[in-house]
Amino acid sequence: MRATAREAALALLACALTLLLAWALGSKPLIDTLMRLAIFGLYAVSLNILVGYTGLVSFGHAMFFGFGAYAFGLLMQTGLTSLPAAALASLALSAALAFVVGALCIRLADIYFSFLTLAFQMLLHAVILSWVGLTGGDQGLQGGIPRPRFLGINLADPWQVFVVTMVAFFASLLAIRTILQSPFGYALRMVRDNAPRAAALGLPVQRYKLAAFVIAGLFGALAGILMALYVSGAYPNFAFWTLSGEGMFMIMLGGIGVFLGPVLGAAIFLLLNDTVTRFTEYNGMFMGVVLLVVVLGLRQGLLDVVMARIRPR
Amino acid sequence: MNLDAFAGCLSSASCLITQTSAGLIIGMLLFLVACGVTLIFGVLGVINFAHGAFYMLGAYLALTAYQLTDSYLAAVLCAAAGVGLFGVAFDRLFMSRVYNSNVLMQLLVCYAFVLILDDAVKMIWGAEFQSMGMPAAFALRPLHVLGGLVPPFYVFLVAVTIAIAIALGGLIERTLFGKIVRAAAVNRQMVSALGINTSLLYASVFGLGALLAGAAGALAAPVRSATPGMGVSILIESFIVTVIGGMGSIAGAFTAAVLLGLVRSFGSIGFPLFTDGLMFGLMVIVLLIRPQGLFARGSA
Repeated sequence: MRATAREAALALLACALTLLLAWALGSKPLIDTLMRLAIFGLYAVSLNILVGYTGLVSFGHAMFFGFGAYAFGLLMQTGLTSLPAAALASLALSAALAFVVGALCIRLADIYFSFLTLAFQMLLHAVILSWVGLTGGDQGLQGGIPRPRFLGINLADPWQVFVVTMVAFFASLLAIRTILQSPFGYALRMVRDNAPRAAALGLPVQRYKLAAFVIAGLFGALAGILMALYVSGAYPNFAFWTLSGEGMFMIMLGGIGVFLGPVLGAAIFLLLNDTVTRFTEYNGMFMGVVLLVVVLGLRQGLLDVVMARIRPR
Repeated sequence: MNLDAFAGCLSSASCLITQTSAGLIIGMLLFLVACGVTLIFGVLGVINFAHGAFYMLGAYLALTAYQLTDSYLAAVLCAAAGVGLFGVAFDRLFMSRVYNSNVLMQLLVCYAFVLILDDAVKMIWGAEFQSMGMPAAFALRPLHVLGGLVPPFYVFLVAVTIAIAIALGGLIERTLFGKIVRAAAVNRQMVSALGINTSLLYASVFGLGALLAGAAGALAAPVRSATPGMGVSILIESFIVTVIGGMGSIAGAFTAAVLLGLVRSFGSIGFPLFTDGLMFGLMVIVLLIRPQGLFARGSA
């Protein structure tokens, strides 16, 4: 319990410092960068619940990012719900989607799982593209997302969107960290390391996998909701397979075995991608080469390398 | 949903013929890509997520070879050989380094190559749609079958694919190479212990799979326009094929590919918005009832 209290204090401190820094500097580009970092950082951390902690290599995580964004945007556009209600409802819907997709996908082992998650994600992408009446097709959700005031918070103001995003980001990190450090989290690690032994000890392995899938989907969807709020819309590429690939790229860059590795990975990824895009339109080629070097050269993420040096064996 | 159009098509011979032939060529292309995926998976235990990119590469190579030589045969051979060699190089230089790593590493290597190949194609051939057009040898009048129109190229494509399927079946079931491949699918360590050069085996299986994908790309070039990123959808459909047919089964891949092709072409008339949904529905049903696939012997 003391560890949790310490981490809560750390998260609060980090959140306060980030807000203070952004407020003191007041720079628009900095705020934009932090917003994107928080959104993709949360997305990558949520994916790492599966990849790093449960050993389920999902290649379709953007499904929940996209679904969350569209569900939230569509609910807000009906004008019937308040903003928090819409966010909660889209989280609930995303969890339901994750439950159904997860229940199907965990029936298959390892590599089938990756492919199956990818396939379901592309199904969602195809539905978004073809159901033009609802989703706006390849143009994305048009008309912006209305932001009625709630509890004195006005999300039409970019600064308040920033504060809400940061609070959501750090609160989610704390929540995921707490889950992963709980007995449940250690059970997930056991499922990852030795599923047959976990089963022999009486652990319902499939249920643990499904629970991890739903939790990861939930936070992935939250990242999507924050993204929809940030860009005031939702686009089909939120649910495209490249975003799933990028999520794994971020995890790989930053570190799989370290909790904050994916956040660092997201930061490096965004930095690299933004820089390269400025010089060439062939950023995919560059990123692909970087990825090959990391995978075949380092064979682990940056923080994994650092931690292996620091932590005594 | 348009059930009237669907019923109308089912009751008209000409529509039936047209849709069936269209479905068959989708199925044939799917089969060629899917049996590469399933072969590679069976022997090497890895799924080549870059297989769709191989198919794309085949289409573009065929495009260029056709423009240079003006011979479609040369284009197909060139694409198949080129992509086959590329597959061997990809396996030896990159994939072989992550055979024993976890799925994440294998997946990321493939993902990196999809990014690189998509951009390489953009650099060399441009980002726009490119189309080969019907080769001169097939620019004939369509055949009339029971009032339906069937382009001669469709007949050629189906015949070639069936020939490849039979040759492949013969290779796997009747030759020493096939025996080794089947043995490796069951127990790789034992095959290696018996003195088979497994590096060579893996490279040749990977090359064979890539060659088939390249051939599929070349055969698709006259009827599909080529675009960077065209590999992803066929990759996913070919995976659905292997799930339905059963991983490792060539007969299963063929049956499932034809089934999926027909679902695609008839679905586009009756349920244009839900064609993808239909395919996934089929896959989900198979997964729930028979997770190892319709034709597989073992369990998943």
